Amino acid sequence: MKARQFTRVACAVMALMLLAGACGSDERIAATGDCDTVDSVSLQLQWVTQAQFAGYFAAVDKEIYDKYCLDVAILEGGVDIVPQQQLASGAVDFAVSWVPKALVSREEGANIVNVAQIFQRSGTLQVSWADSGINGPADLAGKVVGNWGWGNEFELLAGAGSAGLDPSTDFELVQQSFDMLALLKGEIDASQAMIYNEYAQVLEAVNPDTGELYVASDLSVIDWNDVGTAMLQDAIWADGARLTEAGYQDLTKRFVAGSLEGWAYCRDNSSNCVDIVLANGSALGASHQAWQMNEINGLIWPSPNGVGMMDADLWAQTVAVATSQPILTAAPDAGAYTTGYVEAALASLNGRGMDTVGTSWQRVEVTLNEGGE
Amino acid sequence: MLATAFAAVVLVVLHWEGYKWVGQQTGDRVPGTDIELLVDTDDLTMPHAKDILGEFVVDVRDGRSTLPMSLYLLKKAWFTLQEAAIGFFLGLVVGLALAVLMLRWRVVERGLLPWINVSQTVPLIALAPIIVTWGRLNDLPDLLSISLIAAYLTFFPVAVSALRGLQSPNAADVELMRSYAASWRTTLFKLRLPAARAYLFPAFKIAATLSVVGAIVGEISIGTKTGLGRAILEFAQRYAVFPERLYASVIGAAALGLSVFGLITLAERMFVGRTREAST
Repeated sequence: MKARQFTRVACAVMALMLLAGACGSDERIAATGDCDTVDSVSLQLQWVTQAQFAGYFAAVDKEIYDKYCLDVAILEGGVDIVPQQQLASGAVDFAVSWVPKALVSREEGANIVNVAQIFQRSGTLQVSWADSGINGPADLAGKVVGNWGWGNEFELLAGAGSAGLDPSTDFELVQQSFDMLALLKGEIDASQAMIYNEYAQVLEAVNPDTGELYVASDLSVIDWNDVGTAMLQDAIWADGARLTEAGYQDLTKRFVAGSLEGWAYCRDNSSNCVDIVLANGSALGASHQAWQMNEINGLIWPSPNGVGMMDADLWAQTVAVATSQPILTAAPDAGAYTTGYVEAALASLNGRGMDTVGTSWQRVEVTLNEGGE
Repeated sequence: MLATAFAAVVLVVLHWEGYKWVGQQTGDRVPGTDIELLVDTDDLTMPHAKDILGEFVVDVRDGRSTLPMSLYLLKKAWFTLQEAAIGFFLGLVVGLALAVLMLRWRVVERGLLPWINVSQTVPLIALAPIIVTWGRLNDLPDLLSISLIAAYLTFFPVAVSALRGLQSPNAADVELMRSYAASWRTTLFKLRLPAARAYLFPAFKIAATLSVVGAIVGEISIGTKTGLGRAILEFAQRYAVFPERLYASVIGAAALGLSVFGLITLAERMFVGRTREAST
């Protein structure tokens, strides 16, 4: 009896010590909500409020950031807002950006550092009609291939290149807009689409032949993750110059931990997160956001090394594609990303018994309505 | 007045539907030729006018709940109007101040006027990120940054027209003031400003519509959570499924532009009376 009690006490003490150890010198990463002061930080998103950013909105809405003594202002993107430029200029404290785009800015001299790699996979697809015969990059030969430009085309160009196609001669590369009109109207054979956004837009449109919505089997999809030219996307970037200051290191530690916790919340409560996104003023419909939330979860979970951890192989692949394409002139230096903040956050989250890998995460069934309503 | 407005709307709708009907008959070609029409006439590119107008009563999502499109646009327009109004008045103050400075010292006019002209050749999309970054570094809310973009558009017509207006009194009137030994300031307030009214109000009308354009462009360029520009941006993304919505939101933007134009016209009637008399 006594022995058992002793074991219990010993366990409790050890757990406490582990927790304290994980917290390091700063106690506030323990997320106790016991705050002497609250720090205001701002996060710049790449685009308007949508489920792509649900984890951050949830961390605000569910008062997760509050536990870390943070008051987070989320700034929406716009067509002229380049998140990593906002970050580098000091206008915001943190930014969400795709890795290759941020690395270009870094190469141009912006001192920004990837402190958490949220998306573990690329969400970019090349979508065509099932009867077009386009089932892989090699089939793009002789086709009219749409892309958004502005640096969104490189997975496509690298993928076509890996199939031995030269984009200047073997197919016609055309710029498309951020809707799926060109594919729906048959102006292009294959259209660029994010799995969580534009791809769903096709499935929300009525097929004039059947009078019903298009279905997945109407479409043929090239997934750059499968082709091996995928590049890393949404990550949290911090200001490299300020990362030398203890105060900002502490902010970063807490912001990363809170954000990762927000994403874990959206994995386990996806319908709540859809609701939070809608409440934050999305004009996009509910079923579209539900689709997006599901697919975003699919880009994050499972995170084999823990949510937010950099997948070194995918980083290397991203850099390889970026340097083989005219994106980067040279591979970025080792300071371009750091895993220290995520490691500290994971230690804290794991210490509180949170699932940070998401092995058991399952896709939910989402029924899209017309127009994503 | 109302009848003319109604007739104008009917005329536009008739042209729209007529063009669409012709295109549908000829397979989007100019009748009797093989030349393709400039704009396709299918329902995605050119939705029926009744669908666009009908969209104003359809419920759209606004946060957790839904609202009829017309109310939704009104709500967004109210936000945009605030940005535009701040921008308009900022532009008005800056424009008038510049005009007075240029009136006072010829050397300022010669030095400044070319730059005022050059200012309007800077594309807004180049300016927007600079303004918002500057604004955020100075802890200004994004709403004010958008107002600054609107002000950047509005000060120009005000400055140029005000200068012309202030210079418009003829030499004899100015000589008369001088013979009274009136100070420069008295001449400005008693002679030049009253004479400038006829020039100012047309400029204010242009400036008011430009302030709406500036606010909408600003909302699209930089981040705000609401506003007509955001509505247009979001509906533009959904064009493939809801083309009518984008048209409806653009009509909403046009209506806001017309409203502020109307407001200035009302103000003009109050301050100037009948414009023609004042300008002769």
